[in-house]
This record gives sequence, C-alpha cells and structure tokens, in this order.
Amino acid sequence: MASLDAATARGIGGTAATRPTGSTARPGGGSGAPGRRRRRYREYLLFLAFIAPNFLLVLVFAYWPVIYNGYLSLTDWNMLAPTKDLVGLANYRDLFTDADFLATLRQTAVFVVGVVGGSMVLGLATAVLLNQRLIGRRFVRTMAFAPHVLSGAAVGTLWLFIFDPNYGLIRPLLAPLGLTSPAWMTSSRWALPGLIIVYLWKSTGFIAIVYLAGLQNLPRDLYESAALDGAGPWRLFRKITLPLLSPVTFFLFLTTIIGAFQAFDVIALMTGGGPGISTTTLSWFIYQRAFVASDAGHAAAAAMIMFVLLVAMTALQARFLERRVHYR
Amino acid sequence: MTPQTQAARPRRAAWPKSRPALYLLLIVVGLVFVGPLYWLAASSLKPSVDIYRYPPVWIPFQLRWANFSDAWTAAPLGRFFVNSLLVSVVATAAELVFATLCAYAFAFLRFPAKRVLFLVLLGAMMVPGNVTLLPNYLTISDLGWVNTYQGLIVPGLGSVFGTFLLRQHMLTLPDAILDAARVDGASHLRTLVRIVLPVSRPMVVTVGIVTLVTKWNDFIWPLIVTNSNNMRTVPVGLLLLKSQEGYNNWGAILAGAVLAVVPVLVVFFFAQRHLVAGLTQGATKG
Repeated sequence: MASLDAATARGIGGTAATRPTGSTARPGGGSGAPGRRRRRYREYLLFLAFIAPNFLLVLVFAYWPVIYNGYLSLTDWNMLAPTKDLVGLANYRDLFTDADFLATLRQTAVFVVGVVGGSMVLGLATAVLLNQRLIGRRFVRTMAFAPHVLSGAAVGTLWLFIFDPNYGLIRPLLAPLGLTSPAWMTSSRWALPGLIIVYLWKSTGFIAIVYLAGLQNLPRDLYESAALDGAGPWRLFRKITLPLLSPVTFFLFLTTIIGAFQAFDVIALMTGGGPGISTTTLSWFIYQRAFVASDAGHAAAAAMIMFVLLVAMTALQARFLERRVHYR
Repeated sequence: MTPQTQAARPRRAAWPKSRPALYLLLIVVGLVFVGPLYWLAASSLKPSVDIYRYPPVWIPFQLRWANFSDAWTAAPLGRFFVNSLLVSVVATAAELVFATLCAYAFAFLRFPAKRVLFLVLLGAMMVPGNVTLLPNYLTISDLGWVNTYQGLIVPGLGSVFGTFLLRQHMLTLPDAILDAARVDGASHLRTLVRIVLPVSRPMVVTVGIVTLVTKWNDFIWPLIVTNSNNMRTVPVGLLLLKSQEGYNNWGAILAGAVLAVVPVLVVFFFAQRHLVAGLTQGATKG
C-alpha cells in the first residue's frame, strides 16, 4: 500500500498550483499530454487496486458458484469420487417426478405465501397503529423490531420451548379459550403452521418499521383536502395511503419473499425438516441433499430451481416498479 | 400521517372514543413481542422443577444461575462464544476495509467501464445464499480450509449492499472537501482515511453494525464448514446443545439461547438508530 500511496500522491490530478515538482509534474505546463495520460493510467490502476479485494471475493463466492452449481446440476456425483459423471438434465427430471420434491415445492409455497402475506398485512396494521400518537409507541416499536435482528437459531430454540404442548407458554394461553395445544413441532399437520407463526413473529416488526417510515413521509395536505371532501378514514386509507405506499410495498414484498425462501436456521432448530418431510422447504431440501445425503447433482439442480424462481420474481417485481415510475 | 390521526386531530383534546381501543391494541402488540423474550429470560433462570410446571411460574422468584454454567460447559459454549466473537469481529473489520476502498473507487476514481463494473457488483445481490452453498463449500474444501477460521470468514467477506450504501453516501459529500485535499496534493488513500472516512462515519458505523450482527447470527455457513466442537459458533452450538441435552435440560438450552441473543440486544439498544437505518435503507432510498 505504501508504494501505491506514493505513486498516487503524484498521480492525483487537478489544480497543480501548490503541487511539489516530482518526476511526472511539469512545472508551469498545463498542456503536458504524456504526463496527463500517465496520470490517468495511474488512476485506472489505483481504481483496480481499490476494488480488487471486494470484487474478487464477489466473483469467487457469488458469481462463480452460480456457474459451478449449474455444472454440478448436470452431473451425478457423491462429493467423494474423483470424477463427476455428466448426466444431462436427468437430475431435473428426477426432481420433478420425485414425490418428495413436489411435496417440498408445495410446502415451500405454503410457507412463503403464509409468511409473506401474513407479515405484510400484520406489519402494515402495526405500522398504522404505531403511527397514532400514543404513549409508549416508541417502546413498542423498538420491541417489535428486536426479533428481526436476533439469531434465528436462538429464536427457534425459544419457540420450540413455547410450542411445547405440556410446559410451553402456548398451553396456558390456549387454555382459557378451551383449547388444548396440538403437538406442534412433532405433528406433521401443525409443524408448518407453527414455523409460519415463528417467522411472522420474527419479521413483522421489520415490515412495520419500514411501513411506518413510509407513512410518515406521506404528504399531509392530500389528506386534509380529501377529508374536506368528506372521505372517511377507511376510504382515505384505501384511495390515498395504500397507493402512495406501493413502492414500499413492492420493496418489502421482494425482500420478504427472498428471506422466506432462504429460511433455514429456525427450521433447523425447530423441526429439521420433519416430522417426516412435512416442514422440508426448498432451502432445507438443498442442504439435506448436499450435506446429509452427499448427492451433489440433485442438490445443485434444486438450487438452480430456487435461483430461477427468485430471479423470475425479481424481474417481475422490476416490471411492476417500472410501470409505477411511468405513472408519476 | 394516517387518516385516523387526521380525522381525530380537531377533537383530540376531547379524547376521542377510539383511544382506549387503540391503547388496548398497543398493549396486545407490545405483549406479543415482549412476551416471548421475557419468557426466554425468565425460563433460562428457573430451576428445572419450575420449568416443567403447569400452570407455569410466571415470575421466577427462585433463580438458578447454574443453567448458564451448565450451558457454558455442556456443549463448550464458552468456546463457541469466543469463536463467534472472533469470527464476527475480524470478518466485519476486513469487510468494512474492502467495502470502503471499493466504494471510494466507484465514487471518486475514473475508470473506463466503471458503470458496468458497478452493475456487475450490484448484480450479485440477486444470487441467493442457498445457491452458493455447495459450490462455496467445495471451493473452501479445495483450499483445505474446512474447519478453519479462514474457512468461516473468507467466503462472507464480499460486500455488495454495504459497498452500495457507502458509495451512495460518498457521492453526497460536497466537492469542496475533496478539492481541498487535492490542492494539498494528498494521495487518494490519504484523502480516504483523513477526509472521506471521518465525514462518512455515520454510514460506516451503520454498515459496520449491520454486518457485525449479520455475521454473529450466521447459521448455515458455520454449520456446513465446521465439523468439530472447537470451531463451532454460538448459533450452531445451540443446535448441538439441543441434540445433546434433549428436552430434559431446557434450562441449559435456554441459557444458551440467551447467550446468543444478549450481545445482539446490547448492540441493538445502544445503536438502534444505526441498525434500523442500515436494515431499512433500501426501502426509503431505493
């Protein structure tokens, strides 16, 4: 770094008034073309040096994996054998005829729709509540956001305890309603809804805070004139608030979908994809195939399917956003 | 401002009817979020007779701190804690340095294909972590870095969103500051360290804290890349603790969860503004 530093001390261009005269600096000459060009190449080199560490890391650990993964998805490999056998699209064909994988896709869809839909609605409702002038709302805002920053593994551990049908917190809460707690995480019927509840708890606060910022940025005069026209609160909300919040909604929609697809740590702690495969989502499936079953080909194919799904959704999202921008 | 407040404003002094209902709602929402965290803290201190009691012990009068020493030694959670701390701090420091250099270059240095390169960098945000898992494991394995600190740290060092935020911030700096540095003949590295970094401190702190918390909480990569107790981190340790202690020692397991959560909560309460700003950045500036 030291030599770079020295080189650029001279290479930095611009107003040459007080610059010490070095080998490249031409005293009194604003028109030194070779010097200027050399200076520009120095700046290019410096640019490359500055971006190199970060850029190489991104290339090696974000872009290359996509390519490598694409290749692996066309092979049959147990992660130990010295050679990988090319099998074409067989892995994909296997997956789409595999009942377990199709169940995985269904469960992923249920999970993602449940988490995204639920947390968006609850988050917006919480934001509207926190936007009222109420004593204590700052405290509630802070506490609602907290679960979002906590370790998913710890949150999973906590909720596993809460969902325990015998001595978990859920039992005394359901008792007054005359309900007995289902077996939750050990029941193939209740484990997935239980996981959705946990993720709702973890992500609703984040959505609420982002919506709250959006609500506080809305132009007040619009409401005043609309209220003068006799529009009620619900109408104002539907006709003004929601449309004006749509950019925030799109952003949240995208981040929440991506987050939900990748959900892993809570699942790992609470169910490990079970009972049976009842809580196996795409991300757990990939992990399980690659690192438990040592089946690189099918794991990579499933990962490619997830990649394509997410890219398609992002592209769709971008189209929506574009349309909105045209409107303005 | 929401319609409700608007409508309510003229007669706010008269305590509108909906107030009590709103307060009730606020309390319910507050309980939903505070309740489980309270339950975690309270239960982690209960002796096991109280943990396995129904109806539950709402307030633990009899505290059993030994749950923590159990967790600390059962799975060597002490070791996991040190590993987590070391990995998150070192990785965050390195990532910040790389991200800052990269952001500075994209903000202030000339280069022919700069815009394209920046888009290439941003494009990496589209790559979901689950897709990179297997190939990255193979890369790290080829390097012989499985179950090492390098293996834990290096693959996560590339920064896209952090670099983006830092660059955006640097672009808002007034030209006058940088021109002054140029007049003085300061090198770029010097300009970065002496001028740009100090005035960008809020953004650097924001990116740093978000990065730190993310790395502390990271689960799937440490799970995959480590295979012995002396290299595990706290979140992975929780999984280990759970399978080791089963459901017979919830006290120790919950104490472990507390240990995973407390450092983040401390950071959260002291630097809430930065953490919230960093995590919600894309929405407001997007």
